[in-house]
Amino acid sequence: MFGLDKRDTTLFLFVVAITLLAPFLLNPFPTESALAQFNAGYPDLMQRFVIFGIFAIGFNILFGLTGYLSFGHAAFLGVGSYAAVWMFKLLSFNIIPAIALSIIVAGVFSLAIGYVCLRRSGIYFSILTLAFAQMSFAMAYSVLSNPSFNLTNGETGLQVYASDPQYLKGDGPDLTHLFGLEMNATKTLELGAWEFQFNTGFYVCAVFMIFAFYIAMRIFRSPFGLMLRAIKTNQTRLNYTGINSRPYTLAAFVISGMYAGLAGGLLAATDPLAGAERMQWTASGEVVLMTILGGAGTLLGPILGAAFIKYFENIFSKINDTVLHSWFSFMPESIDNFLVAIIHPFVGKGWHLTLGLMFMLIVIFLPGGLVDGGQRIWNRITGRSRTQNEPVADPKPAE
Amino acid sequence: MDAFFLQVLNGLDKGSAYALIALGLTLIFGTLGVVNFAHGALFMVGAFVAVTLQRVLNLSIVTLDPDKKDFLGNPLQIQTPYVEAWFGEAAGQAIINWSVPLAILAAIPIMLLIGYVMERGLIRHFYKRPHADQILVTFGLAIVMQEIVKAIFGANPIQTPAPDVLAGVWNLGAWLGLSLPYPSWRIVYFVFAAIIISGVFAFLQFTTFGMVVRAGMADRETVGLLGINIDRRFTLMFGVAAAVAGLAGVMYTPINPPNYHWGMDFLVLSFVVVVVGGMGSLPGAVLAGFLLGILESFASTTWATTTVPGINQIIIYLVAIIILLARPRGLMGRKGVMEE
Repeated sequence: MFGLDKRDTTLFLFVVAITLLAPFLLNPFPTESALAQFNAGYPDLMQRFVIFGIFAIGFNILFGLTGYLSFGHAAFLGVGSYAAVWMFKLLSFNIIPAIALSIIVAGVFSLAIGYVCLRRSGIYFSILTLAFAQMSFAMAYSVLSNPSFNLTNGETGLQVYASDPQYLKGDGPDLTHLFGLEMNATKTLELGAWEFQFNTGFYVCAVFMIFAFYIAMRIFRSPFGLMLRAIKTNQTRLNYTGINSRPYTLAAFVISGMYAGLAGGLLAATDPLAGAERMQWTASGEVVLMTILGGAGTLLGPILGAAFIKYFENIFSKINDTVLHSWFSFMPESIDNFLVAIIHPFVGKGWHLTLGLMFMLIVIFLPGGLVDGGQRIWNRITGRSRTQNEPVADPKPAE
Repeated sequence: MDAFFLQVLNGLDKGSAYALIALGLTLIFGTLGVVNFAHGALFMVGAFVAVTLQRVLNLSIVTLDPDKKDFLGNPLQIQTPYVEAWFGEAAGQAIINWSVPLAILAAIPIMLLIGYVMERGLIRHFYKRPHADQILVTFGLAIVMQEIVKAIFGANPIQTPAPDVLAGVWNLGAWLGLSLPYPSWRIVYFVFAAIIISGVFAFLQFTTFGMVVRAGMADRETVGLLGINIDRRFTLMFGVAAAVAGLAGVMYTPINPPNYHWGMDFLVLSFVVVVVGGMGSLPGAVLAGFLLGILESFASTTWATTTVPGINQIIIYLVAIIILLARPRGLMGRKGVMEE
């Protein structure tokens, strides 16, 4: 089906089902129960799952397939967001032109940056992309927001004001919409103690993600994808075979840049503002982590990683000392206080500490990511020797 | 003319910080072949050694003076730092006043130890792994170090003043007929950086240990075959690199109050410095550090920022990109080091 073989069709349908049923699957606990805080089935978080899923899928096309570790991918996401908000300001709140422009702008931007950065490989490439991203951040934050030429609105972030022209708006709604379908409209379904929320914005993003996943799948299975893997495995050998690998890496770079632009456009579509902090190196580091955590070079990995990180970011930063005390209240007070004191630095505002530790542990013990780990456990259970169905991270660097 | 020299001086002390961090990065890269994204964090940890020492020296005995009342009518609390109680008031105050230079003494063993533990405990297991993994694991470590410091010291910058004697202004150009009042601590910083840099170079150039390390940088395998335990020496060089970064951090605190994300701010720029200087070239790192520091300071002048708004923010990256395109090996890069 869709030009995929049987195995891939199953995987694809699985992803489609999981994504579309997410409002049910992510809401396993009744609304009034104490565990309801672990629910993830509300629109804002689910939108972030799929949007960052798209971002990570795109990043994986570059890093997972070619092995080129870009540390500046957030720049494309930021550029996409700015482009989308400008479309909102100039045309109307319809998201389609905004997203189209954000993909195009991010594509052009990544073509320019990729052309320069891909002249080097290995760590040079990482540092160059990092430098470009920091430069873009500095430009967005201060350089391009002077009174005479205000493209990014600096620290405040770009947003839509009532005084903006919006030439095509007419009688259209004052919120982002898809041909009249408002993005933040939510339908609620109550089933017994459960409450499920269906949000237009989430489903629009989900459709985009499914589409993005499908394209990534086709790339993975295409001769082009095979060439990218060859670059990762042994670029020198490829060069000696007489193949110029740069057009391939550049294509991969631009594709993943466009994915990032799409994610940025969708971020703006769900919430019409764009800020420079989206381009900071921490944001670039986050998408690297998502991909590694899920499993670089696997199809499902990046989506898993993105959802995992965003979920724990959300849950961990919500936990504070009061919540901790309520968990341990059944224990004697001294033990309760002791446990809270130990856990305190890792939750709430200390979420980044947990993130950093997780980053290290994953890289040290599970370089193949969650997908690889899951496969190993599965093979251990079934007693099969490891099959090479999914190509996992190869231990050879790009250069 | 005055303004010109002033910008050069401004550039020199920022450049000193870049050069010191880049020197350590290059040492680690040249010896162990590891890209250390946690090096900026080491710089930051060094700065917080100074902060900690300042806090420790200010630990006080609290005594109540029944004769005097504070504004609430309670007996007045008098805080006497322990050092003042032990060494007498004048000596104690002098010690507290000189806490930043004293922190150098504390920072050297602490940073050597941190470097040693880091190399033996973590980096060692990553020699055979791809560069991407090394970058990622040290990046994670940098986040962890930064967050631990944030958890202990909070997110706000902490004032760590220089000793009173050095906190003033020196008029440097008096003997040149120029008027160049310049903060004395910044001059101290530059001189300090120059001493450290020459120290590292002298150590590598004129000691047997340094000679072996240089031989190991050139051909690790052969040195190993000659029966020298090169790994142990490289571990020590990692400690030295960590100490250099830490000392750069300690001395930088009076110039700019340290906060937890210092490390990353300096790291990105230091990487650019290393790449511009040429990966694996120690003189290149130092040269590029000062060069880019001075360049940045000239780009920060009012004239430059009004001509091209924001040029001071991006000049370093622009120059780096141009240099990498024109001369991919960097200014003083050696042939065969980190090339495709």
